[in-house]
Amino acid sequence: MDQILKSFLDNEILVYTIMAFVPLLWIVPYALFAVYLERKVSAHMQDRLGPMYTGGWHGWAQTIADILKLIQKEDIVPAAADKKLHLLAPYVVFIGSYAAFATIPFSSAYIGSNINIGLFYIIAVSSVVVAGLLMAGWSSNNKWSLFGAMRSAAQIISYEIPTAIAILVVVMIAGSLNLQEINQQQSGWFWNWFVFKYPPFVLVAFLIYFVASLAETNRTPFDIPEAESELVAGYHTEYSGMKFALFFLAEYANMFAVSAIAATLFFGGWNSPFGDFLGGPIWGVFWFLSKGMFFIFLQMWLRWTLPRLRVDQLMYVSWKVLIPWAFACVVGVGLWTLL
Amino acid sequence: MQVGLTHFLIVSAILFSLGLYGVITRRNAILVLMGVELILNSANINFIAFSKYGGMKLDGQAAAVFVIILAAAEAAVALAIVLNIYQRFKTVNVDEISKMKE
Amino acid sequence: MYDLIFYFFALITLGSGAVVVFSKNIIYSAFSLLFTFFGVAGIYVLLNADFLAVTQLLIYVGGILVLLLFGVMLTNKVIDVELKTGTLQTVPASMIVAATAGVLCGVFYITDWRIVPSTMEMNATTAELGNMFMTTWLLPFEIASVVLLVALVGAAMIARKDKSMQN
Repeated sequence: MDQILKSFLDNEILVYTIMAFVPLLWIVPYALFAVYLERKVSAHMQDRLGPMYTGGWHGWAQTIADILKLIQKEDIVPAAADKKLHLLAPYVVFIGSYAAFATIPFSSAYIGSNINIGLFYIIAVSSVVVAGLLMAGWSSNNKWSLFGAMRSAAQIISYEIPTAIAILVVVMIAGSLNLQEINQQQSGWFWNWFVFKYPPFVLVAFLIYFVASLAETNRTPFDIPEAESELVAGYHTEYSGMKFALFFLAEYANMFAVSAIAATLFFGGWNSPFGDFLGGPIWGVFWFLSKGMFFIFLQMWLRWTLPRLRVDQLMYVSWKVLIPWAFACVVGVGLWTLL
Repeated sequence: MQVGLTHFLIVSAILFSLGLYGVITRRNAILVLMGVELILNSANINFIAFSKYGGMKLDGQAAAVFVIILAAAEAAVALAIVLNIYQRFKTVNVDEISKMKE
Repeated sequence: MYDLIFYFFALITLGSGAVVVFSKNIIYSAFSLLFTFFGVAGIYVLLNADFLAVTQLLIYVGGILVLLLFGVMLTNKVIDVELKTGTLQTVPASMIVAATAGVLCGVFYITDWRIVPSTMEMNATTAELGNMFMTTWLLPFEIASVVLLVALVGAAMIARKDKSMQN
């Protein structure tokens, strides 16, 4: 895509600016839709109807109304808060989430930056979010915010380890950290997807990745950082208006980022499941997004099915269950490829 | 003047001086640690700059990887010690911690 | 273009580095360290060290910075946002540091460095570094991993509350 753009415009900076904004064109409408979906999914799982009035048909305009409300709201900064850090924190969190999209391939024709170490880069930039969360929690000068931020940081850092090891399994098979290349290796029919390789090691690695990614995005059953009954709303308790919306957007962007990585690494990314049927760059976007949205739906499903874990159970799951099994997968795939 | 080796070296020299100033003047042990991190980073910039401009291929970068590994180990151990000191003395000011035992 | 990006990252690095050192509020120091590390990572990218730039982000921002932040929060009364920390011997220190900086910058500026033009491709570093760690640098690499393991076990030991000693 950058080649095509370059042939139209000869200003390199302009081309890269456009390239950088493309994922935003997806994330904003997606976040609006996902909030609506979350409400509807939760409602139907609990035998309710969910929003039904706004906009007419099944309340489709509910989140648009919500975002209009958030934009109009007064931006309240608590008197005791640290103004500068309070202002900066939502941006740091959002930049951390958004930066991960730079190396996620949306189709065979579009990837923000086709760098050699894309996967490693994603793992690294998502750790910037932790600093932003601590910033938000601290600067709010509210004990609930601080507790939420501390819990969140501890959780994200603990679960980064199983995530990274599970990803390592795929890297070992693909022999590359470039996501576009990993995608190309899975082309063809769906049995070429990495999740079906070396059974059952990669499948287990995928499950580990998925569970760990739930924890990294603070979704139930790992949502103790924002447990409503204990901590009000966690690190964004003291935020209102657009800054709150930015946190929300970052959270949903993060959800999509981990789903997109799961789709790319284990389920062929933009590859059509049926060989060349409905293949090509344009359909690639469709396959990529629908695979991503499927994992989003799975996350919502789990959220409304499972209860929340305790803090000690959370740490137990990460250190004593996921990490040993992830190591077992690495060793298993390594031995299999050697033999 | 085009950006070359000298520019990177001067950035690292200034960063080193800033870190040194932090280490010398700060009373809080954690701020001293931050100064040490700045110094290590400036050393890393030098390694990598020479790796690119000095024809060392990747040896400079390999050395920088070791610096990062040891910085991580240093930070972990140093913070554990700081936490222990805080439990004993209820302060982390380096000039007040002059006794080896209570 | 390259020059512009260099000055941008140099400004971020040195500006936030100055905040780290001169700020009275320890929390500001800790958070501006985030931008220093980020700026240094940018400088690494300009020096063709893509793998190291990402490692810098992962280990410094994701590891060391968070560790330092937890350290700050655990060794202070967390109730108050305003955390002032004292400085001492600023005058002699600034003299020494100014002298050091002057000498270093002078030496770096005057010396006629032998510059060997690099033939490396930007993208080649990760695989090449991996090969080097498994061949030329194997022993240091293994020793470093043992040091890291020992350091982490030791750190966990020290930081743990010793119940028997308190009784």
